[in-house]
Amino acid sequence: MKTLDQLKPGESGVIKEFTQRDLALKLIEMGCLPGETIKLTKIAPLGDPIAIEVSGYELSMRKQEASAVMLED
Amino acid sequence: MSSENSQIKSVSVALLGNPNSGKTTLFNSLTGLNQKTGNYPGVTVDKHIGFAKVKSGNSEVKLQITDLPGTYSLFPKSLDEEVACKELIGFNSSSPDVAVVVTDASTLKRHLLLATQVIDLKIPVVLVLNMIDEAQKLGLKIDADEIARLLGVKVVMVNSRSGEGIEELKAKVLEAKESTNTFIESARIESLKQGLKNFKEIITAQFNADADFRQKLNQFEEKDTVYRFNTINYIFSRTVKSPQESTRKLSYTLDKFVTHPVFGYLTLLFVLFSVFQFIFFLAEYPMDWIETFFSFLMQTTANVLPQGELSDLLVNGVLAGLSGVIIFIPQIALLFFFIGLLEDSGYMARVSFIMDKVFRRFGLNGKSVIPIVSGVACAVPSILGTRTISNMKERLITIFIIPLMSCSARLPVYTLLISLLIPDDAVFGILNLKGLTLFGLYVLGFAATMLTALAMKYIVKSKEKSYFVMELPVYRLPQWKSIGIIVVNKVKVFLWEAGKIILAVSVILWFLSSHGPSDTFGKVEASFAEQMTNANSEEAKDELVKKMESQKLEASYAGILGKKIEPVIKPLGFDWKIGIALITSFAAREVFVGTMATIYSANDSENISSVREKLISEKNPVTGKPVYGAAVCISLLVFYAFAMQCMSTLAVVYRETRSWKWMTAQLVYMSGLAYLASLVVYHIL
Repeated sequence: MKTLDQLKPGESGVIKEFTQRDLALKLIEMGCLPGETIKLTKIAPLGDPIAIEVSGYELSMRKQEASAVMLED
Repeated sequence: MSSENSQIKSVSVALLGNPNSGKTTLFNSLTGLNQKTGNYPGVTVDKHIGFAKVKSGNSEVKLQITDLPGTYSLFPKSLDEEVACKELIGFNSSSPDVAVVVTDASTLKRHLLLATQVIDLKIPVVLVLNMIDEAQKLGLKIDADEIARLLGVKVVMVNSRSGEGIEELKAKVLEAKESTNTFIESARIESLKQGLKNFKEIITAQFNADADFRQKLNQFEEKDTVYRFNTINYIFSRTVKSPQESTRKLSYTLDKFVTHPVFGYLTLLFVLFSVFQFIFFLAEYPMDWIETFFSFLMQTTANVLPQGELSDLLVNGVLAGLSGVIIFIPQIALLFFFIGLLEDSGYMARVSFIMDKVFRRFGLNGKSVIPIVSGVACAVPSILGTRTISNMKERLITIFIIPLMSCSARLPVYTLLISLLIPDDAVFGILNLKGLTLFGLYVLGFAATMLTALAMKYIVKSKEKSYFVMELPVYRLPQWKSIGIIVVNKVKVFLWEAGKIILAVSVILWFLSSHGPSDTFGKVEASFAEQMTNANSEEAKDELVKKMESQKLEASYAGILGKKIEPVIKPLGFDWKIGIALITSFAAREVFVGTMATIYSANDSENISSVREKLISEKNPVTGKPVYGAAVCISLLVFYAFAMQCMSTLAVVYRETRSWKWMTAQLVYMSGLAYLASLVVYHIL
């Protein structure tokens, strides 16, 4: 199963579900809904956090948070 | 709905929106400098209220606008969001008459979630499509009328930079009515809990939910949000036409540089260096003017008023205290100007992005970088600048550690003590040993800062969930006017809130050092009276006055306190004279130099080298060795590096945390650290 933190810069994926409840609530209200396409735009120089593009804007999150976002195969 | 009296109608308006929606800029355009800052009950979040007037027929209506903290939804995930939510539902007082929901027109979809939630509270809503010019430039086509129809609310297109649409917004606020549309799935309300009839009751109920209900609520929130976004997607597809290419091209290009592994950090270093230089050196001029102005004022007051208690209190208590408050204004204004610039342009979010991994280890946040570095200039504005950190735990830790950075007020103390310690021409290799020692003290301060943060990370408990889910906004040109208004307001708040504490402590310190028990203190002057009349030259008189001042200080309450604490500070190598300086320099560290000058009746208290001469020749009456040997000097240096010798900082910490506990903890910790470190240093040497 692929998670968001495994994407490389420039790669896209479709959100399937979340494995952390609290985080899911936060991400959903930020527009990261299951079924949305997200693109990894960049990774911070020290390897963490990452940034994604979702519903027309850019959002950064820590790798550990991104690992709770499951992507469609 | 609105409180009416015969002449002026007043309408209360809540301004809310996601972070980065340009809400505060809009608030500043609406109200200008017509603002005041208060606070919400029980929390440290500032409440910004502004006023605007709008014509309605022949009469004028007053709008009382509250700028609520930025929030993504009405299910709060942080303290700030909770404040905004509670204010909107009238948790502590009454609900606003009208809610103005501010959205960024170029990323409208996400912003509409909050809008639909607020509409469901059954509050009259005006939707603002902000930064409309930018959206249009990017090629977005937005059908505002259709949005208004589908949401059932008034919609205004605004460009808060140019002021376009502001007047229309004010007019629409008066016309706003409750929407007849609802966006909640009505079947879902009943499944949640018996007795909850509508969205507002659910939102209110979440603030006293038990664990069981909280879980149900979370499920509800998830389903409800997804449901809302389905509706929003429909509305969005019918009203907004986006161009094919990404709307963020310019930002992505800039970010390639700004978040680059090499250039990114070089840019940050350059920015930090510039901010530091400006605060340190640019502020020096106005600070000099303020100092000159006050010394002129003090001199004049002393000359005009008849000599005595009142004149002394006014000059050395009140005016000295006032100048101690006002002297901070240039640095505060400059720092807030730069922070405003960095925030507004979108750069601050990038700083967090590239620094988060390092600072996370220390329980801090990428946003702690700027306040910590500015701590080298002055802790007071830096602590005020921690406002940008939204996580309370990270913010408290940042506030706690900032005063450990070696600020500019320590510099005169360091300079004096280093000059006692090291001969002028001493070199270490090619480096000047004095400069090296000074640099070492800055490193010492920074090390203490970061290590304390690390320790605090495990001590401070936080109820807030810690996320780093943060928007990277597009780069924008800063809004000069809005930044200007923010700077003025910050300075105003500092003057009132911290100013009164600083003034009070200053008057107390004046009393302690200018009064003493009458049997000894009173005799000092009398004993000099005869000598004074016999003195035959001006110089001799001056010499006598200085001697008298020195003896008066010794006999004053401050002097008595200095002697009282001598047993406590003796293990550090300090005598009672240093004790007096420690007490008086509690007002501000640099007072140390002036007090030493008075105690040793140096010729020119402003001139460090004249104080230095007196100190070097000071011999211990018992051992005959110099009092200011290496051990004492280093011990004092270490003491001043760590000790919280600054009432202004304490006043600001109290204001920012609204907690005596935090302020006291900081005072005790820093004094304790200073004492222990000095003790260890003195005994090793």
